[in-house]
This record gives sequence, structure tokens and C-alpha cells, in this order.
Amino acid sequence: MANEGHERLDVRIDSEGREGLTGTTPASIYRPLRDPEQVTLPPDGRPLDAQPAWRTDFPIDWPQDQYVERRDFMKFMVLTSLAFTVGQFWIAAKSWMRRGSSASSEVRLASTDDLAIGDARTFAFPTEHDPCILMRTADRTFVAYSQKCTHLSCAVIPQVADGVLRCPCHDGMFDMATGRPLAGPPRRPLAQIVLDVRDGQIFATGVEARTV
Amino acid sequence: MSIRRPFTRGQRATIVNGMLAFVIVLVILQLWLLTATMNAYLGGDDSVIVPAAAASLACLLLNAGLLRYLYHIERTRQ
Repeated sequence: MANEGHERLDVRIDSEGREGLTGTTPASIYRPLRDPEQVTLPPDGRPLDAQPAWRTDFPIDWPQDQYVERRDFMKFMVLTSLAFTVGQFWIAAKSWMRRGSSASSEVRLASTDDLAIGDARTFAFPTEHDPCILMRTADRTFVAYSQKCTHLSCAVIPQVADGVLRCPCHDGMFDMATGRPLAGPPRRPLAQIVLDVRDGQIFATGVEARTV
Repeated sequence: MSIRRPFTRGQRATIVNGMLAFVIVLVILQLWLLTATMNAYLGGDDSVIVPAAAASLACLLLNAGLLRYLYHIERTRQ
């Protein structure tokens, strides 16, 4: 037989090996021997698939080079996306740990007679690593805030005559009555210390961090 | 039966450009989420942390899915 040893094709459209072609031509006839988009041939003349990986990662042709650089930039962006997600979960973990250690007890700060109007006194609350400042702004008005500036944690200094707390690092200003930022880089108010004044004594009972 | 031919280089370039634009938008969204969440955390507001982490994770999964598709079209080319 003349056809003996040759592959017999199924003439039905879309049968295996024909993929939509008409007639009896096998689909492999359209399969080029080398990549037609490979403009520059490698020095050894072998097809691109047979080349080492580094050669496909550093193409010579401009269109291929542009494709590879966009592909690699996309990989880098996905890596950045992973880093942002890790950051989000790091914040969640810190928040969870903070919630576990948020129980603060009542601490006596001073007696009302210890502070004249316009005076200020520093103290640490709720831990020794949290510096705070207590001020008497009027006869019966006491306010206390965390001393850490909400910009970069420099210690704020009270200027009672002006009614502000000033951060000397970047000239940030906070309103003494509310702790809200007035000028400079800080955007969040100072954390307020909740005070309880009873029987001529001033107690710190909690910390109230705020976003606005 | 559908005809499946590997994408040409021009088609792949268009696809990767489109995916890259989408990924950049998602990464910018994640950056905004991270800064907003950090601001809320430092301000003592813990209510947004879990939803923001979930949204960021969803963005990452979308990005990873697009990257996986990119690897897929790279493989089918060979």
C-alpha cells in the first residue's frame, strides 16, 4: 500500500489534528519551524524554546524587550501588593495585641492645689513609656494629653498664655482646650487622658486616642 | 470545539498592558487602604482594620490571579 506508514487524517472539521481546517491538510502545516516573531536569531541558530532561560529574559528585539519589561514590572507590582497586604495584617496583629493589654488602672496625678492656673506637670500614663502632660487652664479646668506629637512623636511643650501646645521639631501646634491640631504637619489630635477630679485630687483613668 | 491558538506577541503585549493597568489601580487602592488604616489605628479606631485587611487580601488575590493568567499565556506560547 502506498499510504502504509502514513498517518490517516479524520476529515471531519475540528477533529483532532485539524482544528477547524477544511480539506485534508493537517494543522501542523501552519506550525512554523521557528517562532515567526523571533526577529533576531540566537547565535547557535536553535529555536527560542531550546535556548537557555536567561536569553528569553534579556531579548534583543525591541517589541519583545518591551513585553518582557512590562511583564517583569507586573510581577514587581504583585510583589508590592503582597507587601501591602502583609502590612495590613501586621496592623491587625498590633491592634489585637493592643486590645489584650488595654486595661489601665486609675492613677493619682496631683492634688488641685499643686497646680496654679497656667501650670503644667508631666507624668507617665498608662505605662512608664507613655509621657503625658497635665495642665490647669482655668480655675476648675484641668486637661491632660499624651506628650507625643502625632506627627513624629516629639514631645510637645505647653504655651499656656497662647492656649496651645507646640511641637518644636516641625512647628506643629495643638489647641490646648481640645488637643486638635492647629498648624504644622500633625493631622491627628493628641491622645487625651481622661481625668477624674474628686475630693481635691486629680486621677488619670484612661487614654482616648482620636482620629479627628 | 473551540480553536485555541497561542497569542501573538502583539496580542500578548496588549493583554499584559491591560493587566498591568488593572494591577496598578489595585496597588494604589491598597496603598490608600494601608495609609487610612494606619491613621485609624494610631487614632485608636480599630473598627476599620479587619474590613481593610480583607479588602487588601481580595486585591492581592485578584493581582495573583492576573499574574497566574500571565504565566498561563506564557506557557501556552511554548
